[in-house]
Formats: sequence, structure tokens, C-alpha cells
Amino acid sequence: MTEVAVTALLAAGLFFHAVAALGVVRMPDFYTRLHAVSKAETLGVSLTLLAVAVWSGAGLVALKVLVVVAFLFAANPTATHALGRAALRTGLRPWSRREPGRE
Amino acid sequence: MTVATAFLAVTLALLLVVLVYVHRLAAGPTVFDRILGVNAFGTTSTVVLLLLGVLYDRLDMFVDVALAYALLTFISSLAAARYFERTGHQR
Repeated sequence: MTEVAVTALLAAGLFFHAVAALGVVRMPDFYTRLHAVSKAETLGVSLTLLAVAVWSGAGLVALKVLVVVAFLFAANPTATHALGRAALRTGLRPWSRREPGRE
Repeated sequence: MTVATAFLAVTLALLLVVLVYVHRLAAGPTVFDRILGVNAFGTTSTVVLLLLGVLYDRLDMFVDVALAYALLTFISSLAAARYFERTGHQR
């Protein structure tokens, strides 16, 4: 039962990691790449680390892994939000389909 | 397929994902793309660290290192964002 849960969590986490990596490679500008990292990667990290916590069993180590999950769940969107705000305030303009020739 | 094999496969796949973020760090057109690459690199490396802890059967030691590394990644990317918010971006 534990094996099935751990494998399922690992597979789901790897899927979201792959989605985040694909978004970082393929998205057209900085803000859309930020979108891929802030959401897909946070979910992928949480699922993968939940698999680690379930696999290690109940105890102090699992609690510490859950602390890492909670911290990353709060910190990763905060960091990407700060990055997006900094980019917007320094005048980096979002991508738009109506103006061709811009990245 | 045992669970240890699954952990090993996910670790190797995440190393490939880290390579993608290194590519964004090297090729990103703006400086914010590079900071984003560093941030995603650090977050994914935290996961790789914990998976290595599972593979080496020393999770009690690796989890402390992973927590410190996650804190370091967060602080550094926040500091870089605040710095470039003041000085502006160049190509």
C-alpha cells in the first residue's frame, strides 16, 4: 500500500516537474516562464517531497521533510512574485501577439 | 519495479530537469530570466538532495542540508530581485 502511494506521488510530481521544465524552455517571454515556475514547479516539488515523507514513515525525519514542503510551498511563489514585480517595475514589457518581432 | 528503482529513476529525470534550468540561466535574454533559472535550479536541487538521502539511506542527515539549501535559495533570489528592482535590467 505504501509502495503504491509513494510511486503514484513520485509519478505525479515528476509530471509537474516536466511541465515546469517544458514551460521554461518553450514559453515566449519572462512573465510566462515565471508562471510555469511559480505554479507547476511548486506543485511538483510538493508532490515529490510528500512521496519522500510517506516513504520515510512516521517520525522526526518525516516531520522535517514536511517542514521543507511547507517552506517551499510558501517561499517559491513569494520569490517568483518578487521577481515579477521587479521586472514590471524596471519596465520589462509583457509579451503580446499584436507586436511581431519581439521576444 | 521496486520503489528504490522508482526513486532512482525520478532522481535521474530531475537531474535532466535541472539541466533545462541551467540552459535558461545561460541563455535567458534578460537578467530576470537568469535569476529565475537560479531559483528553479535551487528548488529542484533541494528535491534531488532529499531523493539522494533516500537512495543513500541517510535521510536524517540530508534533510537538514536540504532545509538550509532551500532557505539559501529563497534568500538569494529575493535579494537579487530587490537589487535589480533598484538598478534596472540590462541585456
